This record gives sequence, structure tokens and C-alpha cells, in this order.
Amino acid sequence: MENGTLVKTKGLTKSYPIGGEHFLALKGVDLEINKGDFTGLVGPSGSGKTTLLNILGVLDNPTDGEVEVLGEDVKKIKAVAAARLRSKMLGFIFQTYNLLPVYTVFENVEFPLLILNGWSAAKRKEAVMQALEWVGLTDKVKNRPAQLSGGESQRVAVARAMVKKPQLILADEPTANLDAENSLNILETMQSLNKDLGTTFLFATHDEKVIGFLKRKVTLIDGLIAADEAGAAA
Amino acid sequence: MVLLQLALKNIMGAKLRTWLNIFVLAMSFILIVWGKAIVVGMGDQIIDAMKDVELGYGGQLWHPDYDEEDPLTINDAHGSIPDELVPGIEAGQIVPILMATGNIYPEGKVRSVLIRGISPDQQILDLPSSVLKDRKGVDYPALIGKRMARKNNLAVGDMVTVRWRDTNGVFDAREVEIVHIMNTVVYTVDVGQIWFPLETLQKMLVMPNEATIIALGKDTGIAGDLTGWTYKSLDDLLANVLELLRMKNGGGNIMYGIMFSIALLAIFDTQVLSIFRRKKEIGTLMALGLTRNKVIGLFTLEGSLHGALAFILGGILGFPFFRYFAVKGYAMPIEGDEYGFALGNVIYAKYGADLLIGTTLLLMATVVLVSYLPTRRISKMTPTNALRGR
Ligand SMILES: Nc1ncnc2c1ncn2[C@@H]1O[C@H](COP(=O)(O)OP(=O)(O)OP(=O)(O)O)[C@@H](O)[C@H]1O
Ligand SMILES: [Mg+2]
Repeated sequence: MENGTLVKTKGLTKSYPIGGEHFLALKGVDLEINKGDFTGLVGPSGSGKTTLLNILGVLDNPTDGEVEVLGEDVKKIKAVAAARLRSKMLGFIFQTYNLLPVYTVFENVEFPLLILNGWSAAKRKEAVMQALEWVGLTDKVKNRPAQLSGGESQRVAVARAMVKKPQLILADEPTANLDAENSLNILETMQSLNKDLGTTFLFATHDEKVIGFLKRKVTLIDGLIAADEAGAAA
Repeated sequence: MVLLQLALKNIMGAKLRTWLNIFVLAMSFILIVWGKAIVVGMGDQIIDAMKDVELGYGGQLWHPDYDEEDPLTINDAHGSIPDELVPGIEAGQIVPILMATGNIYPEGKVRSVLIRGISPDQQILDLPSSVLKDRKGVDYPALIGKRMARKNNLAVGDMVTVRWRDTNGVFDAREVEIVHIMNTVVYTVDVGQIWFPLETLQKMLVMPNEATIIALGKDTGIAGDLTGWTYKSLDDLLANVLELLRMKNGGGNIMYGIMFSIALLAIFDTQVLSIFRRKKEIGTLMALGLTRNKVIGLFTLEGSLHGALAFILGGILGFPFFRYFAVKGYAMPIEGDEYGFALGNVIYAKYGADLLIGTTLLLMATVVLVSYLPTRRISKMTPTNALRGR
């Protein structure tokens, strides 16, 4: 892998078993994501965006092809190494938020730091409050997920992915439930993380607001890359 | 350390789920301990009563032909009481008992009975044998138990005909007088039994100075066979009782087994289901980078903490409950008689350290296992599959 390339796939396929059949959700994806990218995966619903993000986030196994993420061969990676990769290097924002229901907003955002060694309580608190400030939720630290609106939950998920300032953030429709103001806030925060820390972002999105921020736009249709072009913010 | 912190957070965060789990565990603990304590208490009570009333504490000497399970042997199982026992007999510490089968004819009906002769002066068995002491105008004083009296409609002062065969096989019969009706929990000295003074029975059977068995007090120094007599230690005698108890105890054990199954089912249900319901949470934890072992450790730790809290709650809730049944006892839903054993109608629960520790360990092991196994299974999935919650 070249220096500066964080993600590289070659001939990546993913098939899902359905009944006795197999459904090919990814049909041979060749993609490289470089350090510092601010890239969006766009494409119609069902085109395979979430599937691709899950594999790049080492949350799911590819069926065939090559996948390297941050220097690890995803097809061969051991469970412990995958967990380490996810906890240290990757931030994932789920389309369905996946907050931990019994934790408060603060604790949800704190969680990724808690499982990394070397973060003192004071440092954790500072980082969590900073991340909650990015997403405009400092007044909800004590709420539990059940006490949040959809958009607020999504912002917590964004804060949780960003709090440890990982090398690569994979974000699945991070603005789907947000109003224009919150969307812009978050996008600006992401953009400044990208500029200041060099954090790499890969989005799956339909949102025109997001598309307006992209440096690079990859269009996925029916499990294949149909276009790979410069984005509006390039 | 972090896992403990997380486990505590999960436990305190999930108030309802935690309380439900802990409550079910605590109830299971109470139920299992209580059920077993009743069974243990019942067994101990039976054994104590048997020792007090029927067996004595120093073992027994049996005529070699005597087989308590075979009534046909009884009439042939009798022999002379060894001379060396006389001082002990006079002191009331050695108690020869002569037995024979016979019939009684209450209200014109015929009933088989076991006729027993016992010295009125005996000191070691908790039987009111002294009522059989010489009485003016009563040649054949007889003692029976309350069940026997009820069944045959006999009262103190009633006369009843007793018929038996003497040592030569000759039938003989007498009118005897019921002088006392004893209230005993020991079924086997009551139902179908009629007691006479030893000497009277020896005369009736023409078996002077003979006995069938000889019960020994605590300090007679006899611990082996005598000529013509086989020694049965208290343990030998109890082995029989215990064996019988084991067979008869089916009822108690079934009750215990049912409670145990209910408890396990409840634990299984709450723990396993609550873990499977948390599939998505497990997926999230893995997606956030918690290793498989740590996920398993976390959930197993939560299970163990549930167990520990349940133990405390079970202790707090259980203590007054346990105490009540140890002190006031448990009124049996069935009569001791139907149970066919020396049983009062009230059973006092007995809680040994082994019972408490054993149950605690058992429940701990169960709860750890039912946390560990499902978590292990779920954590084998890829995070995406776990996240789908299927
Ligand atoms: N677990 C699964 N089992 C079977 N088929 C699946 C599974 N997950 C996804 N698919 C199928 O794979 C295809 C791609 O799904 P994916 O979720 O990646 O789409 P997407 O591009 O993220 O869509 P959306 O924009 O609606 O989120 C879809 O046709 C979907 O039905
Ligand atoms: Mg999707």
C-alpha cells in the first residue's frame, strides 16, 4: 500500500445469502481512499453504500476481492486485531445511530475513550465536552438515548465517532435526520477536523448539503462504481 | 477495571432489567434453599423421631431370624435374653422387645396386628411404657397409638379381644383393656401395633425370658454380636431407615425438583433472553472496538454481579422467611400418616452451611453460564450481523 493510501479495494464483492440464493450487493469494487480525503459515496437506495462502508469499517467480511484498511488485510485479519483497528483508528457513524441505551449522552460519547487505555477521566471529560460542542448537544449530557429526538441521537453518534479523533471516519448518512442548521454545523466541524488534523472522511449520502462539502464524489450503482469525480469543494 | 466500571454502569443504568434479573435470582435462591431445607428438615425429623422412639441410641441386638420387612419370620424369631444383660435391663438401659403376629376383633371386625411386649420400666425409648405397670384388676393392659385407636374406634377403658398363636402353634385369645392411647409421630410404633408388658406377652406366647429384638441405651458397652444375637449398630438401623426414606422421599424430592426447575427456568428466561435482546448492543460494543473476550467478560461479569446482588437480596428477603419456617415450621399439606413415616404435621426447615453454600455456588455457576454461553455465541457473529439484531 502506498504511503498516504488508507483504504484500497480491488475486485471487492459481497454476496448475501437469501433463501437458497445469493444476492450480489457489491460486484467488484475498486476503490482507493487517500489520507486527507473528504469523499462521498452517492447512489440510489440499495446500491451498496452501507455494505461497502461496513466492510471498510471491518464490521463485515468481504466475500471476495482484496481489501486493505489502514495497512491491514481485512480478509485475513484476526478478531483481536480488527477490534484494535476499530477502537484506535476508525470512527463509525451508523445510519441507525446504535447508541448504547442505558448510557447517558455523555457516557455514550465517552465510551470509545474508556476502552482505549491512557485517557484520564479529566482528559476524557474535556474531549467529550468538546465533541458535544461540535454537535451542539452540551445541554443534553445527562439524557439517555430514549430521551433524544432522531436528529439529536444522530448528533450523539457523530460525536461518538469523532471524539477520539480517529484517522478514518466512516459515516453512513450522518445528516439524514438533521435540519439544515445542524447539518451545516456538523459538516463544518468535520471539515475543520479534516483540515486541521488531516482526519479522512468517507460518507454514504443522498444529502445535497453533504455533497456540497465533498472533495471527491464516488457514485455507486447496483454494486459497481459508476463514476469517480471531483466534488463541489475540491 | 474498565469492564467492572462498564458492568456496574450497565447494571445501574438498566434499572428495570437489573431488578427483574436480581429479583428472579433472589427468589430462585430462596425457593431452592427453602425447598431443600424442608426436605432436609423432614429427613432429620424422621430420623430423630425414629431414634427417640423406636431405635434407641446404642444400637440393637436382633434375633438372627428377625427380618423387619418380612412379617412371616416374626413368629419364629425369638430367643432367650442373655444373662449378662440382666443388670442393664433392670436399670432400664437395655430393653428387650418380644413380637408376635395376631389379630384383634374390634366391634366384631378382624384386624391383623403386631403384638409387642416391652418392659414398663424401660428408660431409653420415648414410649409411655410405664402405663403398662401392674394395675389392680387389669390382667392384660394394652397400649396403642392414636392412629390405631382412631382406625379401630378404640378408647381408653375399652376391652378388645386379641388372638394369637403361642410357641407351640396353639391359638389362644384374651380380652385385653386399652389403658392408654399414645400420641406419637412415629407411625411404625402406632399403626397396626398393640403393646403389652413384656412379661405378660412372654406368658401369653409361652416364651419365658425371650425376646425378638433388644434395644440398647447409649452406654451399655455392647458393640458386637452376643451368642444367639446379632448386633445392629445405630448406623445399620438408620441405613434401613435412610433407604426407606430415600424411596419414600420421592414426594419431597419431586417438590424440590419442581422448584429447582422453575428457578432454573426463570433464571434462564431472564438472563438468556435479556442477553439475546441485547444483541444489537453487543454488536455496537464490537463495532466500537471492544474485543470479543472483553464483550464476553463484560456480560459474564454483569451476570456474576446480578448473582452477587441476588445473594444479598435473597439473604435480606429470605432471612425472616427462612427463620419462620425453622422456628414455626411448615404445616404439611399431606398428613404425615399418608406419607407413611414418622412425621409430625409440622416440618421444621433445616438450613445447613452446605445447603446455603451449595445453593449459592450452584446459582452462581448457573447465572455465569447462562450469561457466558449466549454472549459467546453472539460475539462470534460479525458486528453487522449482531447489529441487525437477528
Ligand atoms: N443482510 C442482508 N441480507 C440480504 N441482503 C442485504 C443485506 N444487507 C443488504 N442487503 C441488500 O444489499 C443491497 C445493498 O444494500 P445497502 O444497505 O448496502 O444499500 P445502500 O446503498 O446503503 O441503501 P440506502 O441508501 O437505502 O441506505 C440491497 O439491495 C439490500 O437489499
Ligand atoms: Mg445504507
